[in-house]
Amino acid sequence: MNQQALSIVLFLIFVAATIGITYWASKNTKTAADFYAGGRSFSGVQNGLAIGGDYMSAASFLGIAGMIALYGYDGFLYSIGFLVAWLVALLLVAELMRNSGKFTMADVLAFRMSPRPVRTAAGVSTITVSIFYLLAQMVGAGALVGLLLGIEGEAAKAGTIVVVGLLMIIYVVFGGMKGTTWVQIVKAVLLMGGAGLITLLVLGKYGFNLSGLMGTAAEQSGKADAFLQPGLRYGTEEQGLAGKLDLISLGLALVLGTAGLPHILIRFYTVPNAKEARKSVNWGIGLIGVFYLFTLVLGFGAAALVGSDAIREQNAAGNTAAPQLAQAVGNMIFGEIGGTVLLAVISAVAFATILAVVAGLTLASSSSFAHDLYAHVFKRGQVTERQEMVVARVAAFVIGIVSIGLGILAQGLNVAFLVALAFAVAASGNLPAILYSLFWKRFNTTGAVSAIYGGLISAVVLVIFSPVGSGKPTSLFPDANFAWFPLENPGIVSIPLGFLCGYLGTILSKEYNAQKFAEIEVRSLTGAGAEKAISH
Amino acid sequence: MTTRHQETTIYEQIQASPRFQELRKKFRSWTFPMTVAFLAWYLLYVLLSGFARGFMAAKVLGNINVAMIFGILQFVSTFLIAWAYSRHAASKLDPIAEELRHEVEGKNS
Repeated sequence: MNQQALSIVLFLIFVAATIGITYWASKNTKTAADFYAGGRSFSGVQNGLAIGGDYMSAASFLGIAGMIALYGYDGFLYSIGFLVAWLVALLLVAELMRNSGKFTMADVLAFRMSPRPVRTAAGVSTITVSIFYLLAQMVGAGALVGLLLGIEGEAAKAGTIVVVGLLMIIYVVFGGMKGTTWVQIVKAVLLMGGAGLITLLVLGKYGFNLSGLMGTAAEQSGKADAFLQPGLRYGTEEQGLAGKLDLISLGLALVLGTAGLPHILIRFYTVPNAKEARKSVNWGIGLIGVFYLFTLVLGFGAAALVGSDAIREQNAAGNTAAPQLAQAVGNMIFGEIGGTVLLAVISAVAFATILAVVAGLTLASSSSFAHDLYAHVFKRGQVTERQEMVVARVAAFVIGIVSIGLGILAQGLNVAFLVALAFAVAASGNLPAILYSLFWKRFNTTGAVSAIYGGLISAVVLVIFSPVGSGKPTSLFPDANFAWFPLENPGIVSIPLGFLCGYLGTILSKEYNAQKFAEIEVRSLTGAGAEKAISH
Repeated sequence: MTTRHQETTIYEQIQASPRFQELRKKFRSWTFPMTVAFLAWYLLYVLLSGFARGFMAAKVLGNINVAMIFGILQFVSTFLIAWAYSRHAASKLDPIAEELRHEVEGKNS
């Protein structure tokens, strides 16, 4: 059996298992709390694994390993922002949100404010962030299939996007949060196992001497010691000061964005109480940290054993470095069959990774549409739980179909910036609104709405008028030049702006509700009146 | 204060109680400075990566340079802070939170 066939078989086994899980989950999804929050009955460890499964996207696995393989140290620098960010979630957000919210990010904001404007803003922001992120994953999936399964051409890419999209629709529509969480748990275990195995093999090849591996990687890269230092990818010396500010801007968005990502925030609702939420974030931090240490070895390993020319030949961005490394290290240690098997395994893991992440994003956006926009804005709360769940399922279906369409249309575009943009919007709009809501007595409706729209609009506008939008061959509009903002990452401007908008909006409005602040403060810190887990 | 009702709610009573003020202080006096500290520590790392490349390039042990050690230390500090916070929360915050939660839920039902 060749590698492509084996990859497809392994992938089909994963699909069969996850469809089975989804079927089981659909039988156990009866109430809105089941659909949106998995009945709040996952343990801290389970949710910790699911956090890892939700967060370690194909962009992290393939993208960061590839970035390290091609640019050395700077790929590692990128992954550190993704990890440190979890401390913001652990210390300031996870437990307090679990205690005071119900199903979506907007629940916490709407708690002490005028619900319709706040839910509208939070819903718009949630759906925007999730669709950006979703689109990046979908286009990535299309680009990967040719490389991993050896199927060439636009039709194959479009076909892959359709398959990924339909599977994610099935997981979310039928399995809800229960099905999606289990898909993420399975994926996290497979990803950690696969990445861990290749890491061990690579380290074993170098006698567990990291310095030796780094030396060979630097030598093979042709960049010598510069490969082991910051500066080949971000803030290169040719880019001058703007490049370095861009690096800081990216760092800020990464570290502050995670705790504002809607698909991450809704994970805190799947556990019975704040203590389990804390435990799940701790497990998440452990898994994600170890995973990024794996990718460091994978990246340097690919540079040393595959070589940057061979990686660039397959994919200019280095996205196939990890699978190529799996094949190379397998060949070296177990002969050709070993290489074939490992490549097939890693390819299947990569697809499982994409599926789990897109399912999480679809769930976050459809939950927000049904719970925030439909139930509370359009219907002013006058809906039954059953109606709301029907709308959530229809929304998941529609969002899935739309993202399949957009994914196919965006095939030729460079969408890598969408993930960074999603983090920037989350950090600039969502995070200020959440933090002010939980900690600032004076905060009010105008403040919340100003923070979210201020952060969202400034991040998106700055990206459009940056080199990402126009003026460069890799821009969205390469033939035009309207780029007056010099940085590719808007965070350094849009994050302070989001906080400032929230502050100004608040003090310019007279609204102030001491009673409601007392309630959210006491509830968020003590867990009194928090939503309970349900058992069937 | 623009309290709309004449009576204060249970939440306002709890919020005003010394026990809650103690919980709030123990929460904020740990997490706020720690958040500032780890963000500053991360920002220092990013700034050094951008502006002090000679320093980051210095080799310490074989091919392991200052940049690599700094990067690994970010992992170590993240793990340590997560662990320390969980200890702090379990010993200092959870008991008071539990006590107040029962108080609120007892009066509500």
